Amino acid sequence: MIAPTLNAYLAISVLLFAIGLLGVLIRRNVLVIFMCLELMLVASTIALVAYSRFNGTMDGNVFVFFILTVAAAEVAVGLAIIVALFRKRQTTAVQDLNTLKN
Amino acid sequence: MADLLFNLFAVLTLVAAAGVVINRNAVNAAMCLLLSLVGVAGLFVVLDAYLLAFLLLLVYAGAIVALFLFIVMLLDAKGDVPAPVRKIPLLARIMALVLVIAGISSFFARGQLPSPDPATTPALGASLKLYAYQLFTVYLLPVQILGFLLLIAMIGVIVLSKKFEGLDDIK
Repeated sequence: MIAPTLNAYLAISVLLFAIGLLGVLIRRNVLVIFMCLELMLVASTIALVAYSRFNGTMDGNVFVFFILTVAAAEVAVGLAIIVALFRKRQTTAVQDLNTLKN
Repeated sequence: MADLLFNLFAVLTLVAAAGVVINRNAVNAAMCLLLSLVGVAGLFVVLDAYLLAFLLLLVYAGAIVALFLFIVMLLDAKGDVPAPVRKIPLLARIMALVLVIAGISSFFARGQLPSPDPATTPALGASLKLYAYQLFTVYLLPVQILGFLLLIAMIGVIVLSKKFEGLDDIK
């Protein structure tokens, strides 16, 4: 059992961020890459809430509000782009979406 | 009790997050994302941020994951092809391993922040009144900007989902 200290919360935040980053790097499906981006966003919110709780401040909690809103807007736009891309190219695999390469 | 809940939700969060990365099927990955978010919401409850836990479930689990599932099924996204194994130079491998070990060991050796006792620190995130006070006084301008951001995102999505034929249509 690990005691819920500030360090433990930060460690979870870092691990979750690292898992999300790993997913962004190794996965080939645009949709799954997008899900892993969401994981990274959520990981940052854990750190903010933990800092707020242990230092007795309110600012971190309010920032989580903003992160949630921005994430919602980001997902809406991102998924619209993915759907538009799929309509044009009939694929969601990143190795086939290399028009801008070179 | 808080110890037990913390460990439970931490393990749930990390294992489900690993599931998002490992799962070949996009639908299963979305389900694992949902589980991971439930774990994070549980961590927020342990941190006494009840409103944020509720909002996380509502916005992320309710709206975002549902949207993801919707798109995955709409596009009928097949599973991933496994990533081709690339030759990584031996030197790069050793360097990466040493860096990871050095980072983790330095975290355990001296990366410890002083952790105040939660029992003596006031749990400000537990009361709704403080959120409202902060949002309507200190953070009033960011709230307005976020409103505009949502409006712009909505217009952007409408424009993006319009069907246009080739590039001539844009002019």
